[in-house]
Amino acid sequence: MSTKTDFGPPNYKELLPPVIEKNYGQWKYHERLQPGLLRHVADSGDEIYTVRVGSPRLVSTDWIKDMCAIADEYCGGYLRFTSRHNLEFLVSDKSKVEPLIAHLKAMGLPVGGTGHAISNPVHTQGWIHCHTPATDASGIVKSVMDDLYEYFVDMKLPAYCRISLACCLNMCGAVHCSDIAILGIHRKPPKVNHEIVQAKCEIPNVIAACPTGAIRPDPKNKSLVVNEDRCMYCGNCYTMCPGMPVADPVGDGVSIWVGGKISSARTPPKFSRLVIPFLPNNPPRWPEVTSAVRNIVEVWASHAHKHERMGEWIDRIGWERFFDLSGIPFEVQLIDDFTMASDTFRSTPTFKW
Amino acid sequence: MSETPQLDELEKGPWPSFVTEMKRAAEKKDSAKDLINQLERSYEDRVGHWKHGGIVGVKGYGGGVIGRYSDLPAEFPAVSEFHTLRVNQPSGWFYTTDILRQLCEVWDKHGSGLTNMHGATGDIILLGAPTSALQPAFDDLAEIGFDLGGSGSDMRTPSCCVGPGRCEYACIDTLDFLYDITMQYQNELHRPMFPYKSKIKVSGCPNDCVAAVPRSDIAILGTWRDNIQVDQAAVAQYAAEGMDISGEVVALCPTKCMVYDAAARTLTIDDKECNRCMHCLNLMSKALRIGKERGATILVGGKAPIVHGAMLSHVIVPFMKLEPPYTEFKELLEKIWDWWDENGKMRERLGELINRLGMRNFLKAVDLEPLPQMIKVPRANPYYFWDQEEVK
Repeated sequence: MSTKTDFGPPNYKELLPPVIEKNYGQWKYHERLQPGLLRHVADSGDEIYTVRVGSPRLVSTDWIKDMCAIADEYCGGYLRFTSRHNLEFLVSDKSKVEPLIAHLKAMGLPVGGTGHAISNPVHTQGWIHCHTPATDASGIVKSVMDDLYEYFVDMKLPAYCRISLACCLNMCGAVHCSDIAILGIHRKPPKVNHEIVQAKCEIPNVIAACPTGAIRPDPKNKSLVVNEDRCMYCGNCYTMCPGMPVADPVGDGVSIWVGGKISSARTPPKFSRLVIPFLPNNPPRWPEVTSAVRNIVEVWASHAHKHERMGEWIDRIGWERFFDLSGIPFEVQLIDDFTMASDTFRSTPTFKW
Repeated sequence: MSETPQLDELEKGPWPSFVTEMKRAAEKKDSAKDLINQLERSYEDRVGHWKHGGIVGVKGYGGGVIGRYSDLPAEFPAVSEFHTLRVNQPSGWFYTTDILRQLCEVWDKHGSGLTNMHGATGDIILLGAPTSALQPAFDDLAEIGFDLGGSGSDMRTPSCCVGPGRCEYACIDTLDFLYDITMQYQNELHRPMFPYKSKIKVSGCPNDCVAAVPRSDIAILGTWRDNIQVDQAAVAQYAAEGMDISGEVVALCPTKCMVYDAAARTLTIDDKECNRCMHCLNLMSKALRIGKERGATILVGGKAPIVHGAMLSHVIVPFMKLEPPYTEFKELLEKIWDWWDENGKMRERLGELINRLGMRNFLKAVDLEPLPQMIKVPRANPYYFWDQEEVK
């Protein structure tokens, strides 16, 4: 067989349900009828119902085939996924909506993730398949969502709440702009293995990879030396060079960041901010992480105004009030000392007690 | 007694379990079984057990396959080689069950039977195949019309929101635009030759459902520049149904460009002062529609922390008509890539290069005029350059 290349992905035009093909670009409005159920109406008067289901992201081909069987039965053989690992069943026959939802619930699938809910967490590979992780991804997400399940299948929060997880500072996915971000971190400098550095690494590239200038040449060993006082444990040197391992069972763990957002609605996109610098890796259920996340969700939910995202709420009340209400201890790591640190310092006596 | 007590614990609880999925795959595949066993070991040891990197691929491509080797191959031989194929998803992640079943068949034949639907960048992630299976897997994928996505220092697989497929806020045809640029830049996607990765993401409106602004080097957001279309009868209907239009819509408008007359149940918008943030449209989708003169805002420079800190994309073109064959966008993209390719250091993302050389040099290189829409606020320091030719 001769190998063809550069033919690109399947053409989406061949994958659209007929009602979408007919009303393409002519949608007029939508409404959220109940958690996990959207109704979009076109100028033509045609409608399409979307039933949204949370997936575990890591799935077997058997799971995909199960979902295909459901889509054949209720959706004429069409389905789509969302940017947050949800599955959407696209139903053009209204009479099939309720039976579909009943079918999905009977299978134990979570129907929800719409409107003022916690949607499916975006997350990375973790220990399952990444070579630079500081924590697992799927295990923490499973534990957090078991705990916060009620907020996926309902719409009782003040606004959207987006939780994301990245298992190291590479941050595959947009976790740095999430209402709550869970980020794997290291806390120990790399242990230089001179033999591997000599055999496998481009020394100038490793030096250039360090954001704090903590790595120097070690001419005697034809290797590298780390100024441990300057190292912020980002692991970027290890990405460049297998002779700089940074993972460590005691040093590695999880940090919690809050208040980021992506949409421009009301306020511009903003970064999540560090509020808990370290929680231990405590598999299989990471109880310290799940209780920290639940606390943040509940403090926000009980104090925010309607439509106020986590970061908008904190902007209104002030960070000092956030730490007061959440009971999260304020630790020195929360004060920035990277490149633009002084932008985050307060220059006014107008704060709250 | 179970060999995986910690992972077994993660089969409990209401949220769908990835462990259950791994076990389903393990009924058919030794590699999935060893993946479970190695993960249990990671849960015991509290570190990952994959070796650093590894270069593997398929004929003709420099990217699209991620090499992965167990660091405990004697104990878990079926994952000693457990590579990932990144498969380019269709625009908007639309599928037929037929095409998904064909994909499953290929992956059941060649790989672990485990996938991510989808990876963070948007690809279908086929997780786990030995080196010898990569080319046959790709050949079979090609037969059913699935090509590989990007990896390494190339254009990464672009992604987009559902757009005009099912959203009334779509100001641009995200699905068509994405397919067009993906097809046009197949070489840039498959053969890494840039300083580092280059990500392109396309959202149909400022709600940015694919997170283009935080994580793409080149972000395209749909917008409009005429007036929001108001259906006053539908405004009155929302009021009749009990919506607090003054409190929930008008009071939260960031530009205070709208007035609600509660007696007449009418909403008046001063569109010239509107910044098109989407809040009112999000709340009153039946009453308010995007304008008719539609296009895109182009932003550049977004990225995650590595190396010099996370950045949000920033505006370089406030408004561009985005219609087939998208020539204006492609000319700009190629100028941006040329400048970055020429000036970027190894592993320097576009945003970091713009920071290092300055917006002044960037704008000149890509033939764009400075505009106030590009900034939040002018500089507060007196350290700026003059072209010495101008100082006469």
